[in-house]
Amino acid sequence: MSVVTKGDVPVWRRRTTPEQYFIWLAWLVGTAITVYCWKLISDKTLWIFVEDAPRQAADMASRMSPPAWSYMSKLWIPLWDTLNIATLGTAISIVLAVPVAFCAARNTTPSVLFVRPVALFIIVSSRSINSLLWALMLVTILGPGVFAGVVAIGLRSIGFVAKLLYEAIEEIDASQVEAVTATGASGAQVLTYGIVPQVLPAFAGISVFRWDINIRESTVLGLVGAGGIGLQLDASINTLAWTQVSMILLAILATVIVSEWVSAKIRHAII
Amino acid sequence: MLRIENLVKQYRTGDKALKGISLEVPVGQVMALIGPSGAGKSTLIRCVNRLVEPSSGKIFLDGTELTGLGIGGLRRARRRMGMIFQEYALVERLSVMENVLSGRLGYVGFWRSWWRRFPQSDVQEAFRLLERVGLDHMADKRADELSGGQRQRVGICRALIQNPSLLLVDEPTASLDPKTSRQIMRLICELCDERQLAAIINIHDVQLAQMFARRVVGLQLGEIVYDGPPDGLDAEVLTRIYGEEDWEATIGKVDAEDEENGEAA
Repeated sequence: MSVVTKGDVPVWRRRTTPEQYFIWLAWLVGTAITVYCWKLISDKTLWIFVEDAPRQAADMASRMSPPAWSYMSKLWIPLWDTLNIATLGTAISIVLAVPVAFCAARNTTPSVLFVRPVALFIIVSSRSINSLLWALMLVTILGPGVFAGVVAIGLRSIGFVAKLLYEAIEEIDASQVEAVTATGASGAQVLTYGIVPQVLPAFAGISVFRWDINIRESTVLGLVGAGGIGLQLDASINTLAWTQVSMILLAILATVIVSEWVSAKIRHAII
Repeated sequence: MLRIENLVKQYRTGDKALKGISLEVPVGQVMALIGPSGAGKSTLIRCVNRLVEPSSGKIFLDGTELTGLGIGGLRRARRRMGMIFQEYALVERLSVMENVLSGRLGYVGFWRSWWRRFPQSDVQEAFRLLERVGLDHMADKRADELSGGQRQRVGICRALIQNPSLLLVDEPTASLDPKTSRQIMRLICELCDERQLAAIINIHDVQLAQMFARRVVGLQLGEIVYDGPPDGLDAEVLTRIYGEEDWEATIGKVDAEDEENGEAA
């Protein structure tokens, strides 16, 4: 903000002149970098292939249609596996994430110095590794199959659930907690009467949201051998059975739509 | 009953909120604590039940030194001190009944409270208290469905079901309209009379303090600058507590309202 006196009238501007020039300069530099990067990408792209893209896409579409409807009879069980991976993985992650969240929240942690950093580290390490990578490692450790998928989804989701939950815990109204404490309630009672009712809606919302995400994530886990419909997807792509691939994609799409509808309903009912 | 000796509270920021307060509240006395914002009123009552840890000094309740108690002892001592809050501080997503019964948390074990299986005598007492404050039909409502005055009544029930010997009341009327404020203050004072409770009531409104309290203590920057009967609050005393201002209107109005009150009763 700057006030310049012109004559004897004070004039107000949002920014001083140097600030204004600096902002212009920053925009100029930003634009230049974007243009330069665009050129780098362009130089390294084989444009012959890109020019070919519409024809290739049309070709693939023709090979994918019509979807192999009869193949659906072999997809019900993998689809059920996929749903189970997502649901069980989410359940495991919730059970493990709740204590982590209470240890990570500044207002409920037993020790800001020792416990909180450990909890935060668990959250970060769980979040920084993608489900697919967790699955890749777990297939090596646990062997291929649905179980590796469940554990992969669970491990990936702990961080997500715990992070959102501990942020919700930190935002609660402290006076309600104070009031319950003042009655002579024990620590566990303060938790269940003063804190839990306040974070319950957030907790329900987070859990359902994560379940929704996990259904989508568990459809690809099969690509690395961790069970579910991804196994069929992998097999169909490898044998160039494109009509089966399109059938699988349609089945995944339908599942995601249904899960989205269910989670919206649940969230609406709880909050 | 309650004895405070040379209480000092210094916050970590270095601010001295209380500078050596000594105060005694006998059984059954309703005491109003007045003073400008930041004078240390809230800190003082929170030091009594140790929601705020005092820096030094001693506090005795019926001979028990509160300042030296461990966790278990403090919990038992807190049961005897009911607290009423400015913004009611009800647990918004619990029902009225659960809020009232939460006043018994110091007396029941964890699993009983978790499954909401409070002793029948507690439930009966809760109903009796709700009836006393005129809210017995609201027991199943969620706390966030109530109006301000109703919420504060629930807050009062929660404090009383503890069966306390002392009430700590923090700005009970700050979020209420003038009529409800008077009703709530009258209710608190009546209940204190019925049960021979001592009370410390923090209050902004000088007129309300004069109307309802039998003793007024004025706090200014962490020090007691007045301790006496409500009618001793003249322009000179109010200036000492709050600073220079035209106090004639405040003092004059109180007398008129007191008479009006007497007629209404």
